[in-house]
Amino acid sequence: MSATVSIPTILRTHTGGEKQVKAEGSTLQEVITDLEANHPGIKDRLVTDGALHRFVNVYVNDEDVRFSGGLDAQVPDGGTVTILPAVAGGAR
Amino acid sequence: MIRADLVEQMVAHARRDHPDEACGILAGPDDGSDRPQRFVPMENAERSPTFYRFDSMEQLRVYKEMDANDEVPVVVYHSHTATEPYPSRTDISLAQEPFAHYVLVGTSDPDQHVLRSYRIVDGEVTEEEVQVVENYMFAHTGTDDVPDHAGS
Repeated sequence: MSATVSIPTILRTHTGGEKQVKAEGSTLQEVITDLEANHPGIKDRLVTDGALHRFVNVYVNDEDVRFSGGLDAQVPDGGTVTILPAVAGGAR
Repeated sequence: MIRADLVEQMVAHARRDHPDEACGILAGPDDGSDRPQRFVPMENAERSPTFYRFDSMEQLRVYKEMDANDEVPVVVYHSHTATEPYPSRTDISLAQEPFAHYVLVGTSDPDQHVLRSYRIVDGEVTEEEVQVVENYMFAHTGTDDVPDHAGS
């Protein structure tokens, strides 16, 4: 089960500058574990205490996983996982 | 350096959404030219006077569009509607586009907006001078008289 993962600019230091990498797994959790095996350090940028960071957006086949199971979201074979930093801030 | 028409569009967006914070992107070619070209206003999913966050689905659509066009977010802008247009602690801790210019539009004065630009990298803020030009073609960057991109 292989997925294509799109890596945002800020995390490309972990992938040697690559915008897209392959990872194995049938759930987002497994995909991230496989990513970490090949690109050490990346998991900490995505997950804390067993949950996705609040200010990272992850999409599986263009669906925001916040609404489809979070780390348990299913990743179909040949699917795409897109990681984007949330763009957020504010006066306070 | 930024085109006057893009500034006008950002300020108009900020005024329209006042007192809520407005946010968006100015996209430009991914060729190192560092020139914003395309105005992309975004929905503030928080609809708040003190916080903004791009709507996640709109952001995905816009980022895919930029990718397809070989564009990058040259500018990420938002407004501060009651406070100084200086990056707040929240702005600094959440900034995740190391190559973007973070532009703040202050709209607390109804008659006179304030425009400031910053780099925010690893929690470090650097203010940068903003030069508003009619167009990039005839904007001079040095002491010579050769326009940028002459002949292109």
